[in-house]
Amino acid sequence: MRRFLFVSVFIALSSPAFAANTGAGKYQVILGDCEGCHGKNLAGGVTLETPFGKMVTPNITPDKETGIGNYTAEQFKLAMKRGVAPGGRRLYPAMPYPYYAHMPDQDIAAMWDYILTVKPVKNRVNVNQLRFPYNLRVLMRGWNFLFFKPQPIANASKNADWNRGAYLVNGPGHCGACHSPKNAFGADKGVLIGTSLQGWYAPDLTGDHGAGLGSWSNSDIVEYLETGRNAHSLASGPMAEAVENSTSQMTDADLISMAVYLKDLAPGKGNGGGATGVDAQMKAGAVAYDISCAACHGRDGKGSAIFPPLAGNASIRQVRADTVVRMVLAGGKAVSTPKAPTGPGMPSFGWRLTDEQVANILTYVRNNWGNEAPAISSETVKRIRSALHSSS
Amino acid sequence: MARVLPKKDAVIIGLGWTGSILAQQLTDAGLNVVAIERGPWRDTSTDFNIAYMQDELRYAIRKDLFLKPSTEAMTMRNNAGQTALPMRDYGSFLPGDGVGGAGVHWNGHTWRFWESDFQIKTHLTQRYGAAKIKGLQLQDWGPTWAEIEPSFDAFEYLCGVSGKAGNIKGQIQPGGNPFESPRSREYPNPPMKMPYASTLFAEKMRELGFHPFPLPSSNLSRAYVNPLGVRMGECSYCGFCERFACGNYSKASAQTTILPVLMKKPNFELRTECEVLKVNLTPDGKMAKSVTYIDAHGVEVEQPGDMVLICAYALMNVRMMLLSKIGTQYDPVTGNGTVGRNYCYQTSAGARLMFEGKHFNPFIGAGSLGQTIDDFQGDGFDHSKLNFVGGAGISCSVTNGRPITNRPTAPGSPRWGKGWKQATVDGYNNSMGFGSQGSSYPVRENYLDLDPTYTDRHGRPLLRITFDFPDNDVAMSNYLSEQLEKMTKPFNAKYAAVARLRKGWNSVPYQSTHNTGGAIMGNDPKTSALNKYLQSWDVPNVFVIGASAFAHNAGMNPTGTVGALAFWAAEAITTKYIKSPGALVHA
Repeated sequence: MRRFLFVSVFIALSSPAFAANTGAGKYQVILGDCEGCHGKNLAGGVTLETPFGKMVTPNITPDKETGIGNYTAEQFKLAMKRGVAPGGRRLYPAMPYPYYAHMPDQDIAAMWDYILTVKPVKNRVNVNQLRFPYNLRVLMRGWNFLFFKPQPIANASKNADWNRGAYLVNGPGHCGACHSPKNAFGADKGVLIGTSLQGWYAPDLTGDHGAGLGSWSNSDIVEYLETGRNAHSLASGPMAEAVENSTSQMTDADLISMAVYLKDLAPGKGNGGGATGVDAQMKAGAVAYDISCAACHGRDGKGSAIFPPLAGNASIRQVRADTVVRMVLAGGKAVSTPKAPTGPGMPSFGWRLTDEQVANILTYVRNNWGNEAPAISSETVKRIRSALHSSS
Repeated sequence: MARVLPKKDAVIIGLGWTGSILAQQLTDAGLNVVAIERGPWRDTSTDFNIAYMQDELRYAIRKDLFLKPSTEAMTMRNNAGQTALPMRDYGSFLPGDGVGGAGVHWNGHTWRFWESDFQIKTHLTQRYGAAKIKGLQLQDWGPTWAEIEPSFDAFEYLCGVSGKAGNIKGQIQPGGNPFESPRSREYPNPPMKMPYASTLFAEKMRELGFHPFPLPSSNLSRAYVNPLGVRMGECSYCGFCERFACGNYSKASAQTTILPVLMKKPNFELRTECEVLKVNLTPDGKMAKSVTYIDAHGVEVEQPGDMVLICAYALMNVRMMLLSKIGTQYDPVTGNGTVGRNYCYQTSAGARLMFEGKHFNPFIGAGSLGQTIDDFQGDGFDHSKLNFVGGAGISCSVTNGRPITNRPTAPGSPRWGKGWKQATVDGYNNSMGFGSQGSSYPVRENYLDLDPTYTDRHGRPLLRITFDFPDNDVAMSNYLSEQLEKMTKPFNAKYAAVARLRKGWNSVPYQSTHNTGGAIMGNDPKTSALNKYLQSWDVPNVFVIGASAFAHNAGMNPTGTVGALAFWAAEAITTKYIKSPGALVHA
């Protein structure tokens, strides 16, 4: 999940040795999905597209020259929980410190112990490639004043599973970083109701029955987070990375807790309901669907053991079309996990289908077999196609 | 001087079916494995895009997925009295290229050779006496049926083969092939849905007293999760199978069955676009120490390994052994030497029928969609009054109705122009066919060696094929053509034509990619290059896996048996060889 940036320049300071606490620390790295932005080897260099410009993630291996090998434990904690790097430099909230702020100090300490055991990689990253004025870190002082207000997560009226789940989702898991919409300053507004980012639409995770997780059972959620697939859906895009790097490696107990919490979220705003007055689109979409889509997804939209269903698939029914249009135009690769290793791919149809055909097919798919979601226009497809071309 | 890399436990040459199976099994056993593949990386959604895979011109005519002669050509002649010439284009057979190898573009026919194939010499001698097979270089393969059967089972469950068992533990099963050797359990998936032509064929064969059954198919009749947890889709009967890769995840291949698991293993590494030049031996020639390859940048690299597994296409396996001096070149004059011995092919004939007013709808097709009878297969029928041994399966399979090549016309139709066009319109839905795919038995004079004249782009000699259809096989095939002739009668077709095989193998028209032998397994190091575990008798840390190990070719497609031999060799390596490296059989 390449959505954040840890923008900082590292200054040589002392690096005390730590007692081995690396097993626990590695698990904290999994919970926090550090690999999602900093790469499998944590050496950074991953480019993130943000509304404020390009950010490139820094090297967080213990390399002293180009990584964070010269941090102290205290400095690491400050970066994680307050967004302040050594020397008082402010991090951008693409580094999800507003979420990590909820983590107990001992978990941050364990994480640091583990990071010190990671193989140091020499990789100098030019991290700050933001547009003016966002490239001015000093602005972050004001941002923090306005928006960095960590609220307690715990709720004494809920059981232990709920509380653990709430902590994981809103703390280290930083789910809202993708799934919650942002205000003009990049701060969260609305909890987990779904939003567009980086050319995808991170779906609604509330109890909404149309676009959210309302029709998923707790075990559906656990299966999805653990394997990347369930009877309703198959993870691809940024979520595929989150599953691979993070949720598939979490304990069953933690996944169950997350499910308990997510299933308790009240329905969000919904998706605006089904399309109306689109008979011509539906008719043309049905024919085009049979020709180009039915071989894998089935004429009944039910998919099969390998291909995801489109009927009842919440990611098909999001209010905005970013993900579905993108999948048809550019294709995508599903996640591969130890329990679901296949990782089937959706081929690209962008070269063969016109904007109008894509719009017709998706309007048909979003309003057939019980699905209800707004129509998609060929102008929307055109816009997304052109965005894909300019980002590739 | 080649760059020398750190040593691996096992070096695999070629990542097709056999390389993938061996890599999977050996990495499971904890070994560090590298596979070195000459061709490119290929995967389903990116390289076999279902949105353009049905391009007959690109894939079937221009052969986009196949080996190019500029990469590796071969020379051919019919007998030792001729001078072999290089094939400038692959025609008679089409070797694969790239990850997945020929297993990417195969049809999916997934047969088991019979128990009587594995003990062919013993079986035929006992039944008919030694004189019956005089002149044929038939020999037993080594493993017993009880030994090899679990390996067939493993391959079938890996692939998700769709079929109907005919013999489970000795019990004949209605609807299956009553002639097959006993299997331990049913196929993992039920048979495919049958098209009209195959259904009609089965009906007529039943009327004639034969035993039709659904062709065992690696085009899946339903979605399937294999024992590795890899998922496959249901075949859509699109008719773009042979010569094409499957864009639907519904034809078994290394890509659709193994690679999703294998590629993620930390103890496995794949290097594509790296061409192995040879296996390097120790100075005494008794052990392999490394392979030398040219990488994608043209750099020569040496990869040491404790074990080398040669897993390329059958003909290339033989060439690799010869280039590396593993074993001794077979000499057809003296019969000495083993590498190059018992090269076999396939001996086929067919019947085509034309009707009026039918709707065969051949566009509903798949690589191995059809019905077969094995009443004339192998030694399933009495040969005591016949002047040959061997036989053929007879199948009516509906593979495609593709627009460029599938244009059957009635005899006497114009060959061009408006008349031809009309004839193809009339013929398209009114034509069906069935054919015999016959055994190919080894004779002394059919063999493989290195060409004395022609070399490849690296200056290495090309492989030379010396082959013609032996008299035994021609007699067998012509006998089968007579049976085909009789079988056409009850169809009451407007026209029926049956082809007959003649001597004089021609490498130009496509016939079959089932090249076998040349590095055969067996019980005697004087007559086989490999022992029964596919281990080189001469260099015991080399295993050579593929149809090159077949001591003869049966009247069936080879891939099922190739897959079984891969599992069989892998089991020998992981359960025997790793514990005690060295010769697994002492001659």
